Order: sequence, then structure tokens, then C-alpha cells
Amino acid sequence: MSLNATRPNLLAAPGVAWLVAFMVVPCLLVLSYAFFQRGVWGGVEYTVTLENFARVADPLYAKIFLNSARIALTATVIAILIAYPAAYAISRAPRMSQPILLFFAVLPFWSNYLIRTYAWIVLLNREGLINNLLRSLGYTGEPLSMLYTESAVITGLVYNYLPFVILAIYSTLSRLNPELMEASRDLGAGPVRTFLRVTLPLTLPGVAAGGVFVFVLSIGNFVTPALLGGGRFQMVGNLVYDQFLTANDWPFGAALGAALILTMIVLLLLQARATAHASGERKGEAAQ
Amino acid sequence: MTVKNRLTATCAAAALAAACLAAGTASAADLVISNWAGYMAPDIADTFKAATGLEIEVVNHATNEEVMGKLMASGGKGYDVVFVSSPFAEILNGQGLAEPIDKAAVPNLANLYPEAATLAYDPGNTFSVPYTWGTTGLCYRSDLVKDTPDSWLNLLQPADAIKGKTTMLATDRWLMAAGELAKGFSVNEKDPAKLEEVKNLLIEAKKTLLAYDDTTFYSKLVSGEASLVHAWDGWCNYGITENKDIKFVVPKEGSDLWIDTIVVLKSSEKKDAAMKFINFILDAKNHAWAAQNILYKVPNKAAMESLDKALSEQYPNMAMAPADLVKYELLRDLGTAQKDYSRIVSEIKAAN
Amino acid sequence: MNATFSSKLPGRIVLLLVFGFLYLPIAVLVLLSFNDSGLPTSWSGFSVRWYGALLANTDILRAAGNTFIVAIFATVISTVLGTLLALGMETRRRKSNGLEALAFAPMVIPDIVLAVALLTFFSRLGLAMGLHTIVISHVIFDLAFVCSVVRARLKHFDFSIVEASRDLGASGWTTFWRVTFPVLLPSIVAGALLAFTLSVDEFIIAFFTAGAGRSSITLPMQIYSMIRFGITPEVNALATIVMGVSATALLISQWLNRQQQVP
Repeated sequence: MSLNATRPNLLAAPGVAWLVAFMVVPCLLVLSYAFFQRGVWGGVEYTVTLENFARVADPLYAKIFLNSARIALTATVIAILIAYPAAYAISRAPRMSQPILLFFAVLPFWSNYLIRTYAWIVLLNREGLINNLLRSLGYTGEPLSMLYTESAVITGLVYNYLPFVILAIYSTLSRLNPELMEASRDLGAGPVRTFLRVTLPLTLPGVAAGGVFVFVLSIGNFVTPALLGGGRFQMVGNLVYDQFLTANDWPFGAALGAALILTMIVLLLLQARATAHASGERKGEAAQ
Repeated sequence: MTVKNRLTATCAAAALAAACLAAGTASAADLVISNWAGYMAPDIADTFKAATGLEIEVVNHATNEEVMGKLMASGGKGYDVVFVSSPFAEILNGQGLAEPIDKAAVPNLANLYPEAATLAYDPGNTFSVPYTWGTTGLCYRSDLVKDTPDSWLNLLQPADAIKGKTTMLATDRWLMAAGELAKGFSVNEKDPAKLEEVKNLLIEAKKTLLAYDDTTFYSKLVSGEASLVHAWDGWCNYGITENKDIKFVVPKEGSDLWIDTIVVLKSSEKKDAAMKFINFILDAKNHAWAAQNILYKVPNKAAMESLDKALSEQYPNMAMAPADLVKYELLRDLGTAQKDYSRIVSEIKAAN
Repeated sequence: MNATFSSKLPGRIVLLLVFGFLYLPIAVLVLLSFNDSGLPTSWSGFSVRWYGALLANTDILRAAGNTFIVAIFATVISTVLGTLLALGMETRRRKSNGLEALAFAPMVIPDIVLAVALLTFFSRLGLAMGLHTIVISHVIFDLAFVCSVVRARLKHFDFSIVEASRDLGASGWTTFWRVTFPVLLPSIVAGALLAFTLSVDEFIIAFFTAGAGRSSITLPMQIYSMIRFGITPEVNALATIVMGVSATALLISQWLNRQQQVP
């Protein structure tokens, strides 16, 4: 084996094969329903039509997409702001305890999504633990309505995806050479400058990866908006889910799904370009 | 460990893994039955085996929608009997996935009320058998709500004192039905102008809601977080169990009539056993279990007559007569109008 | 001494706050496992009856076992495939938008689309479904997440050291295990933890690809199905035990490790 042009392809082959066989083929099969009609009893009637795409163009769906993108983006920014210092602190802990800290960061998420969300409800609701605590501390005003608000949804999303961002950022931070930072400091750069010029660019790929996790998982989430948001907020993932299962309209669900997938992939490709540029990668376009 | 040893170990582990995963794919039971968790006696497998010698395997689904999606994508393969609400039974039949009920094999059909054999979605129980039935109305804390609610408008245009303390069902058909009934329309209304009115009413109502809630509304009543909720009668009963001040009322504009049914799948290879199972459920004693334990009315005359009077004293809606029940309109499959409903519901949920 | 303490203090405060946030609802969840009432959102007295109920509930215990099996297999397979894919993508001279899109796709395809697609696909193939089909399905999204984490670490990896190692006569395998792998290890660990966590909690794809029988029910499927009649604190009891046992096992193994290293 030598580092020639075929080796990267060989390395990627098993993963690519898995994705093509089990994701691309089945999904194309289902997404192709977008070109057909909904049967009278649901299901798919094989009469070709473009009606479903016309329905996707309805501004209502663009509005729902933009609104859920805004909520997801807010959750992403907050999650990164919390996760970065946490990942940084973990990467500065003694080497032996780093894996333990990481493990304890994900451990809460080996319980179940639904019961974790119920736990938040118990904390936040009007008759909940936080309000009771306030009352026993002598607070006499109206109980705080923290639940069924956009902030509750964002809190739930940040909470559930925070460990993923910590993991992603940690994975780039831990390879940072402390000597590099010392060198930067020795050359007279202050801590802020060292962070902005050395640490941040090197860890930006991790921040981007973690940010992508929160964003895509949030925009597709439907349990948190339903329970913590009281069903008052809709994410796009929910919209596609409703078409397939509630409305029993697979062709329209397929059209909405395809539009969502394409939009998200374009956004992610742009994001990847921007990150590569900002973190000053030596490879890729620069090398050519 | 050398690389070679590592490889061998990996291969061995993989082979073991494959064997371990493949085990138990085929079911040994005679019947696979999908139902909501807790909707049948927990020992049903044992009692059915004692009665017929047949093994059953009960699996659970969370919602109608999920099991329907699964049945449609797989053509029903693997399942023999499913419990779904009536509009879904109608779809299963429309798609050719439901097996006709073999009347001769189910003599206990005679236990059903006559009203339960003439339901509009399936007159004569040709492809489905009703398991439970009931109404949708208002469930409230009589100690927290000043005037006894009697109208859908008590929910949709609540008094100031209970603003922010009401919840509505999130499932699209029931959400729409609340608005339709308030306006005096059919729960299967298809006229776009009328649906527009319903939409506007429901968007206004959203501003006064605590939340949309399909699953924990009764515990919100118990905790006092909500004081008036949109609820299925049987589910309100769980709240009544926890707190005697909780009461259920069917608003004066009426209710829908919901029915959970049993359907045998066409793809089943054990249809005879499936019919025996339905017959077993319709036995007065077995069907009464559902009324006593899940507090839902059952359309089984013999079973209802066997119930202790104390039950309907504690849960007054259990005493509702079948003749009164069937006055309400059934939710029917909407056909192509489903598209309008789902768009309207999306618009309501996106409104702020 | 004083300097290291003061430089470590902010880090400790950050960790304390973040872990406090992560474990706040967990504390509630554990508390609820001792809640006498079956209602998920109100407290009515201390009881251990849900632990007893859990031990008697073979359905939940089997579902928990299945979840563990699925998550382990999905994690191992996706960690290997995802790491290789990341290496392949980052060592390519030319970026391929198609490949990038393929690696992003599993993260952005709505769960329900993937679930319906896989069930339709498996049924048309006539494949018997069970835990193995859940594993196949979970590997799809798990591998994308692993790949993404590993790629983030590879972005600034200096591939010239790989070539240097080979110029010095080391074989491909030796170079990989001695040079590339140690650098990648933290991201592989992070990716594997991520994959395991995602798989343990996944509901809708598992529900669709599990087949019809009881033998392949996973814990999220079991829990979601309890929604209609209320999720009993048995599930909280189970989560408490799972987290307690995992934490204890890890701490013991770490302690043993340290004992060995310090003779």
C-alpha cells in the first residue's frame, strides 16, 4: 500500500457502500413518491404530477422552516458558548481524568429522552420544583410561567445536544500543543490574542462540527417542541413527520422531505467551505 | 496482541455478533397482536392459551399514526391483529389490508349492542370489531373553574380567570373537531369557507392556551397547572381517580364519537386463530376487563351489564347509554380533503 | 503552586456549572423514581415500589438488553466505518462535493423519511427484520456523526509525518497504529460515545425497522408505547440503575487501572 490516489478511495469505500446501499437507494425510492399523487385512502397512486412541489412552495412552509431555523440557530449558538469553555476545561484536566469527564458528560443521556424531558417539565412548570422553591423562599407573586415558551424549547434543545458539542470541540482541543500556546505567549501575545490567533482557528473545525450537530438535530426534533413548547412551536422535522404519519400523505411528505434535505445539504456545504477558509486549512483549495 | 491475532479476534467477534443478532427474528407465537400498552389484560396471553391452546405475542404501539405508517410501508407483514381507531381501520380496509371478519367464527359478536353493529364506517362489522368507544369533551377541576362549563366556547374563548390554564388535544382531527363543533359544523366538514372560520377560531384560541397536550393533560389537572382541558372521556377518568374534584362534561354542542377497533390483517397467515382471538376478547368477562381497568366504555352489552354499579357512580360518563352515544358523529376518513386539514393544522401550529 | 491553583480555578468553576446543568434534570429523574404516584409530573410521597415493579417487568428489562446490544453493535461498526471514511475524505487531494453531501445526508434526512424508506426497502427485499436491521439502520446516522468528529480532528493533521514514517520503512499498518491512530484516538473515543448515545435514544427508525415481533423491541419503543396510559416511574428507576451501574463500573475500572500503574 502506498499513499497514492486510490488509497483514500479505498478507505472511504466501506462507509460509502453502506450509505449508498442502505440510505441513498431506499431514500430515493421513497423520495420519488414526490412525483406521484396521494391515493384516496392515503398511500401512493402512480399518476405523475408536480402538484406536490407546487404545494411545497407555499410560503407557510418557508415560514415554518425559517422559524425553526431561527430556534435551532439560537440553540446552536448557546450550546457552543457553554460547550467551548467546558471542553477547554476538560482538555486541561489531568490526562487520566479526561475520558472520565467526557463519560460523565454523556452519561445523563443514557437515560431516555422522554423522561429527561418530563424531568424538565417537573422543574419548570407553574406548580413545579423551581416555583415551589421560590415560594418557600418567600416569593409571593404569580408563579413564573417558564414552560411552553420558546425559551423552554431552546433550553431543552441546548440541554440535550450540549454533550455532543463538548465531544466535538474536545476532540480538536485535546490535540492542541500546549507548547504552541506557550510559544505564542513567549512571543508577547496576550491570552486573548493567543486564543483568537492560535486556539480558535485550530479548534474551529470542532466548533463547526458540534454546531452542525445541534442545528440539524434541533431542526428535526419534535419531542421537545411538543412537550416543553406545549406544541405551540413547530420544527420542520415535525412537518415532514405529520405528512407521512398524521395526514397519510406520503407524496407530499416526500416532496417536503426532499426540499428540506436539499436546503440543509446546501447550507452545510457552504458552512464547510466557510469553516475551512476561516480556520486556514492548508489542504484543499489552498494546496492546489 | 499482534495485528493478525487482532484480526482473527475481530472476525470471531463479528461472527458471534451476527449469530446473536439474527437469533429471535422469527416469532414462535401463533399470533402477533399490536395494541396500545396497557389496553388489554396483562395476563391475556395466559388466559387465551388456557382457553384455546394458542400462543399470542402482544406488541405495543404508541399511536395510531405510527403503527399505520409501519403497516403501510410493510404491507402488514408480521402482524396478525391490530388495534386502531376507526378512521384508521377505514383506511386499512380502503387499502385492501384488512381481512373480512368471519362472522361464523366469532359468535360473541352477538354480545355487542345493536348500535355497535351499525356504525357508519363499517355497518355490519365487516372488516372491524369495535373494542372501546366514547366521547371527547371537557375535563375540568370543579374546584378551580367557577361556572360549570357546558360549551366548547368555554375552552376556545375562556373566561379571564382560566386563560393560560387550558389545554387542547394536538392530534389534528380532534383539534379541528373542537372548532367545528363550536361552530355547529360537522366534524368531517369539507367546505373550505367553513374550515377557514374554524381555523380563525382555533388561532384565536391558541393565544389563551397553556399548551397542546395529547398525553399528560390529566396530570396537569391533578397538579393544578391547568384547570380545564380538552380530553377523551376515558382519559379524564384517570384524573378523576387521582382527584375527586375533576369532572367530565360533553359540551351542549355535542362531541364526536370515537371508536377503537380490532382489525385482522389480510397478510396474516393465521386468520382462524385471529378470529378466535376476537371472539375471546368479545367474551363478556374479557371485554369487561377493559371497562373496569382502563375505564373506557365498551360496546359489549353483556360486559357492561356485568359491571359493578359503583363504577358508574365514581365515573359518571361510564353510564352513558349507547343510544345517546351514537347520536354523535363519527370521525370519518377525509379522502382528499385531508390535504386541507393538514395545511390548516400546520398554519394553526405555526401561528403566534 | 499558587499559580497552578489560580489557573485551574476558572476551569473548575466552568465544569461545576456545566455539570450542574447536565445533572439538574437527572437529579429530578432520580427523585421521581422514588415517587409513589404514577404521574410523571407530580410528587406524592417516597416509595421504592417502582424498583420492585421494574424487577418484575420482564418486558422493560428485555427491551433494555436489546437497546444495549443494538447500541454496542451500531457503535462498533459505525466507529470503524466512520473513522475510515473520515481518513479517506481528508486524505483525498481533491474535495468532492458529492462525497461531502453523502457524509452530511444521514444527519439531515428527517428520521421519518429514513424510517419509511428502510422499512419499504427491507420489505421489498423480503428481508427478515429484527435487531440486525435496527443495527444496519442506526449505523447510517451514527457513522456520519463519527466521521464528522474524526474529520474535525484531521483538519490540521500534518500528513507529512505519515509519509515520513513510511519513508523510514514502516509498513502501512505500523504507521497507522503508531502514528495516525494515537493522534485520532481522542476523536474516535468522542465519536464512539456520540454514536452510542444517539443509538440508545433513537425511537422512530428502530420502531419501523424492528420487524413485528416482541423479541426486537428496544427501550425507547417500550417507553414511547407507554405514553397513552402514562409513563410509570419504573422507567426512571431503570434509568437510575443504568446510570448508577455505568458510573460505578467506570470508576472501578479506573481505580483498578491506577492500582496497576502505581505498584
